[in-house]
Amino acid sequence: MDWSLIWKAAIALSGFGALLGAILAVASKRFHVEVDPRVAEVLEALPGSNCGACGLPGCEAAAEAVVKGDAPVTVCKAGGPDVAAEVGRIMGVEVGSLVPLVAHIHCRGGKSLSPIRAIYQGVNSCRAAEIASGGGKACPFGCLGLEDCANVCPVNAITFDEEHIRHVNVRKCTGCGLCADVCPRDLIQMVPASATVFVRCKCQYTGKKALSVCKVACIGCKKCEKVCPADAIHVSNGFASIDYEKCTNCGECAAACPTDSIQLWEAREGHPEGGVFVVPEKKRKRDDRGSDQ
Amino acid sequence: MGRTSGLLYRIRGGVHPSDSKEPSAGKEIRRIEAPATVTIPMRQHIGAPCVPRVGKGDEVLVGTVIGDSEAFVSAPIHSSVSGKVARVAPQPHPAGGEVLAVIIENDGSYRRDPNLEPPGPWEDMEPERIREAVRAAGIVGLGGAAFPTHVKLSPPGEYPIDTVILNGAECEPFLTSDYRLLLEEPDSVLEGIRIIMRAVGARRGIVAIEDNKPAAIKAMESSARGSGIEVASLRTRYPQGAEKVLIANLLRREVPSGGLPMHVGVVVNNVGTAHAIAQYFSQGMPLVERVVTVTGSVVREPSNLLVPLGTSFAHAVEACGGFTEPPGKVIMGGPMMGLAQHTMEVPVIKGTSGILALSREETGYSVPAEPVCIRCGRCVDVCPMGLIPTYLGSYAHNEKWDLLHRLHIEDCIECGCCTYTCPTKNPLVQLIKTGKAELARRKQQADRREAERREAVGESGEAGKDE
Repeated sequence: MDWSLIWKAAIALSGFGALLGAILAVASKRFHVEVDPRVAEVLEALPGSNCGACGLPGCEAAAEAVVKGDAPVTVCKAGGPDVAAEVGRIMGVEVGSLVPLVAHIHCRGGKSLSPIRAIYQGVNSCRAAEIASGGGKACPFGCLGLEDCANVCPVNAITFDEEHIRHVNVRKCTGCGLCADVCPRDLIQMVPASATVFVRCKCQYTGKKALSVCKVACIGCKKCEKVCPADAIHVSNGFASIDYEKCTNCGECAAACPTDSIQLWEAREGHPEGGVFVVPEKKRKRDDRGSDQ
Repeated sequence: MGRTSGLLYRIRGGVHPSDSKEPSAGKEIRRIEAPATVTIPMRQHIGAPCVPRVGKGDEVLVGTVIGDSEAFVSAPIHSSVSGKVARVAPQPHPAGGEVLAVIIENDGSYRRDPNLEPPGPWEDMEPERIREAVRAAGIVGLGGAAFPTHVKLSPPGEYPIDTVILNGAECEPFLTSDYRLLLEEPDSVLEGIRIIMRAVGARRGIVAIEDNKPAAIKAMESSARGSGIEVASLRTRYPQGAEKVLIANLLRREVPSGGLPMHVGVVVNNVGTAHAIAQYFSQGMPLVERVVTVTGSVVREPSNLLVPLGTSFAHAVEACGGFTEPPGKVIMGGPMMGLAQHTMEVPVIKGTSGILALSREETGYSVPAEPVCIRCGRCVDVCPMGLIPTYLGSYAHNEKWDLLHRLHIEDCIECGCCTYTCPTKNPLVQLIKTGKAELARRKQQADRREAERREAVGESGEAGKDE
């Protein structure tokens, strides 16, 4: 065995290694990129589901934008107030009180309630149906039921039953608002998670015409407006809508609604969707009360 | 002048569906009475909708302005009957949804508005005055798209127009309204193109007709002899009548991506539009009626009707003997680009070139729930704009919006050749239309979000500086 071969090889290789190491050491100093350590911290605080609801390509981009100052610390809609508070702490910015949001769909007119006016033969998408004369549903304002919102939801919180009525699973919903963006009929509203009173219709027709396209339409009668003690519900464009900054969740409007288009959300422990919609007992008419006494 | 050989005009792509024009091609244009009430929508053109100029109870006469707009891209709307305004309310519109409409009770006397007068001889009229007259007459493109004609006739100074093309290709199957006009009113059509040429200052005028209408070509040629207007015979191939295709075939000029015909010095108008302009200059009657082909396998007597605007589809079909059996689908326009209707109560509007009723057997196909592409490439072969419809379709389906833009989705003319030729019946045009609409919507949303974010950063950014 020739030992000289071995030590020559060892010297050559370690010399070569040292040279490369030196180049790397110089390069890392020379081409060092200053990364704000806060980017990693903010990224850690964000949910990491890359849902895109902030309008930026993923959580990393959002973190960079926040640190650069291109986005507010409340950038993450899906994360809600907790994430905003954490990001705010990292960035040293005071975050005001934020209300957690959930999606609410303003339509409950399923297949058997809103009849079919035409047979829709086309792409299985609400947005495609909307540009093809508005699809086959009789109500031109109601949910088309072709599931664009369910498909866009990053956490599968929206489901459809056999009636093609939509359900939002409030346990899963992160309030990111992507579904509200894709609905071509603007039926999805992001409401405070604490709200329990909902108008479940956005039909712009009134009276008989509204009922002719859907059995459970808001007919624009304004009874809700009259009974509301907080001036929170108003009828405009033919349907009622609630101002959740004023609403006290008293449910008077739901009790007064003649078509049950205003309903109460009842949270239930253990229910797969986190709760159900209920119709409150209707206020009896005055003459009924007279006969009771 | 001379007739140019059809063999020269070979188009890129395109398809050749059965033209199905026989049922109504031989029928003379027949004027029909308006029904007891007419419904005239305030949006009958591309651009700003009109604002009603009349209210409930007002008396109107034939030709009275009932809607107008301050916007440049818009055209006034006139009453097609004399009578009383019953109400002004949103009504179903043939282009989908509901649109504010003036509903007039027809008194049946068709008294003409006494204020209407022909605008005078056009031969020595300033181009500006011609454009004003065309706008006052409420004339829009009668081929179907209904773009206000006075806008087309107002090209900005940097784009001089040398050629006016009158589009008589009528490449959509079934429709024969332009054919009948060319046959019955060639002199009026000719007068129209000369007025248009004066308005835009063009030297050359061409009336382009597909060679499956030899009688119309002959009528136009004998009428145009000695007038300096050329009559071109086009090879019969859909979509020969799409204006960008027409320009490429007749003049060998390619309209740039995202551009308009005026960018290559051309103005294209439909023959019906030219006829309407000539009628206004000779009689002073604004656009209150149009030729509509009522046809299809379930119409008892397919016909070409001169219909007062605002007449319901049901009334127009009734004037043709009604349906022989309940239709499977009723379409406004032709089968390739027309719009399916959900009710027969929608009115005939300025863009209604035809009412097509097809039987249940003809329309009983199903669309695949998920688009399936077998990569045969037929849609690429037939696309007259040189696009890749299958990619556009699947990108739209899979929501790859940025890629749609990169593949020039905006250049799609929605002619329907790709859907027609697709062996797996993919609704490619609908997917592409959805993609276009979504791109426009996302642009709006992005702009709004950007503004919101700026505002939010403005506040928190200042808070950060206090640290």
